[in-house]
Amino acid sequence: MKLDVNGKSVDFEGDDSTPLLWVLRDHLNITTPKFGCGAGLCGACTVHIDGQAIRSCVTPASAATGKKVTTLEGLPAAIAKPIQDAWIAESVPQCGYCQCGQMMSAAALLSTNKNPTDEQITQAMDGNICRCGTYSRIRRAIVQAAKNIA
Amino acid sequence: MDRRSFIKSTSILGSGLLVGFSIKDNIAVAAGEGLSNPWLQINSDNSVRIYVARSEMGQDVYTSMTVLIADELDYPLEKIKIEMAPANAKLYGNDALGGAQITGGSTSMRDAWIKLRTVGATAREMLVAAAAQKWNVAASTCVASGGVVKSGNNQATYGELAADAARQKHSGKPTLKTKDQFKYIGKSVGRLDTPAKVNGTAQYGVDVRQPNMLAASLAMSPVIGGKVRSFDSTAAKAVKGVEAIVEVPDGVAVLARDYYTAKKARDLLNILWDNGNTAAVADMAAIEKGLREASKKKGAVIGKAGNVEAPMTGATKKITAEYQLPFAAHATLEPVNCSVSIQNGECHVWGPIQFQQGAQGAAMAASGLPEEKVFIHTTFIGGGYGRKLENDFVAQATSIAKASGKPVRMIWSREDDMTHDYYRPISLSQMTGGFDAAGKLTGFASKLTSPSVTARAFPGFVVDGSDPFMNEGSANLTYNIANYRAENVIHDTGIRVGYWRAVSNNLNAFAVESFMDELARSAGKDPVAFRMGLLDKHPRAQKVLSTAAEKAGWGKKMPAGRGLGVAQMECYDAYIAVVAEVSLKNGKPTVHKITCAVDPGVAVRPDQVRAQIESGLLLGFSTAMKNKITFKDGAAQQTNFDSYPMLRMSETPIVDITVLEGGEKPAGMGEVGTPLAAPAIANAIVAAGGKRIRSLPFLS
Repeated sequence: MKLDVNGKSVDFEGDDSTPLLWVLRDHLNITTPKFGCGAGLCGACTVHIDGQAIRSCVTPASAATGKKVTTLEGLPAAIAKPIQDAWIAESVPQCGYCQCGQMMSAAALLSTNKNPTDEQITQAMDGNICRCGTYSRIRRAIVQAAKNIA
Repeated sequence: MDRRSFIKSTSILGSGLLVGFSIKDNIAVAAGEGLSNPWLQINSDNSVRIYVARSEMGQDVYTSMTVLIADELDYPLEKIKIEMAPANAKLYGNDALGGAQITGGSTSMRDAWIKLRTVGATAREMLVAAAAQKWNVAASTCVASGGVVKSGNNQATYGELAADAARQKHSGKPTLKTKDQFKYIGKSVGRLDTPAKVNGTAQYGVDVRQPNMLAASLAMSPVIGGKVRSFDSTAAKAVKGVEAIVEVPDGVAVLARDYYTAKKARDLLNILWDNGNTAAVADMAAIEKGLREASKKKGAVIGKAGNVEAPMTGATKKITAEYQLPFAAHATLEPVNCSVSIQNGECHVWGPIQFQQGAQGAAMAASGLPEEKVFIHTTFIGGGYGRKLENDFVAQATSIAKASGKPVRMIWSREDDMTHDYYRPISLSQMTGGFDAAGKLTGFASKLTSPSVTARAFPGFVVDGSDPFMNEGSANLTYNIANYRAENVIHDTGIRVGYWRAVSNNLNAFAVESFMDELARSAGKDPVAFRMGLLDKHPRAQKVLSTAAEKAGWGKKMPAGRGLGVAQMECYDAYIAVVAEVSLKNGKPTVHKITCAVDPGVAVRPDQVRAQIESGLLLGFSTAMKNKITFKDGAAQQTNFDSYPMLRMSETPIVDITVLEGGEKPAGMGEVGTPLAAPAIANAIVAAGGKRIRSLPFLS
């Protein structure tokens, strides 16, 4: 099948049911989507399909054909930079394993809502687990990123 | 240059200064002598490389340890290149953990505080000596700062002086900076690993890529320790993309280009397991019964004061209570994984490793190669909490690489990870307190019955039935009580156990601090005032307690169904006090706010002290609220984040932390936040009008 990943057309010859996560990680060597649970429960594997945050560990690659897949590597600078700058300014990551997924969920939120309320932030981020408990910093970073974008 | 060729070539490097540190002699020495321990390399181009010999799993050693050297060296932090050190306990052993190369026990900074500053300061003094010699001036006229030495009109970069500096004699006892001279220590400096973790280039174990490396998924018995009796791989072999299927000591592994294919085929293996005796004995009723039986034995006495044999002598009122914690899983977000390549007589291991020496030993045993041919490459760790101190996964991946003849990246599924953990031990604490006729607490006895991690992992450290790590949080009570006895009873339940962030501090603190509240209430005293009265020998404990109480609004009028609960302890040389604010609705507790005051001694990285305390508090909180691992027929019944839920943003309470530096050296910060959330919440539930909960989790 043909996939559009970060603006590039790529071929994937394997099993149609292969989750997008493993196509990205093991066939395309794109490693920012992380493996956490394999069941759509933790959000470490979050990427965008047509701008929507999805859990790539439970999304078959075939569901992405004809659509645009975006990972942190391919996020437009206009949205990636304000988020990454805010993540650095708030010194968010500890172990850091979940943070690519966290930023992808934040990016999906901020792409459609430039000024989210606390509740909207919680709702957008509640599917992303941070075992280090950096949630207060993630929240502050999203507020900061929203200002950076505006 | 890669790390290995660097180590090999350092002895012939003439162009730079290397300062090593001889742990045994406690002195730093120059190139040619101290090369065996290269923490620091100053090159002729004025670039500086620092080797970090503790694993970075979120707790900030990557930056904190670098800061200690950089500050004393007086070299710009942002210009330093950092590499993870190789496995070599002789060079990089942790003196706080018997010389093993281990990241654990909240020891990294306590071990490094003088050691690494000495490395930096020695290099600085050698550079100054070289400059003084070169310019024929007194060393006292030379100032080393920001990577440059100056004296009058003379100036030279560290790199220009490095070769001459390497030839200077040094006592290894430099004059360390005083607090007012620090540029990085105690200041707000960002983490050096943040950019890579934010732009996605940080490499974790699962991200390791090597030429021709295959993904591997290992089928293990649902009962830990079970062995393969026989297996049929017909269906698995038929899966397109499967490259190899191999039997190894812990099970059967499938190799494929991608993990999904390997796991899919693995799930089609038909394996008959030999689960030995464990399956027959390991279910919760049997485990709990065994624990209670064991608690009747006399324990090893590990804390004592006054009348140890009969601490209740003279008491006119006695109170008793029992507290229990369940097995808990580490549940690191990065599942257990390991990558291994065995080629040309060398074995290379990449992974999230907390114990390099142990990893090297495991890979040596599994590969059959000698120490000098086994190389450990420590990646960033996506959560450790003690799980990655174990090296079961290193042995497994090495066995798979050896049996298949392929470089492999073995990744456990979340289900593998949760059902094959080294669990935080289940525990039973039996407490007795006695008041004299005047109402003074004069007797205190505690007895912890639990499996011992140390008895399994480092049996040599268990002496006379006492595991030093089981005694944390009970042998070091801060309360001044005339007659006091703490005991431990080691009981193996058949379930394997491991060190879990803050280890037995979690078990003991829940019992001690819940019980102190019960004692205070039975004496009709305010829980904060009651504790303050017993902390007269620990002014630092009193200070954090009074601060946390004040910040939390202790004593303020609370609405019905809402209450504050307090807990305090000494832990890894830190003093900490926590106040939880809890409300009850239909008996169900909601935690609104956790207020904490902590005395870290010296806060090397103040923002990261806060980060670690917050992280620890939240892990302790969420585990106490929701988590337990149970067993049926020898197998763990919780398998993923649905049955073993993690804290989410919507459930996260406000955390308010005050840092009060009250010492001369840093305490351990990685774990100290974890133990007290549970007792503070239990005490708050009672204050809110709820029932005393003595068995965790709160929401079971």
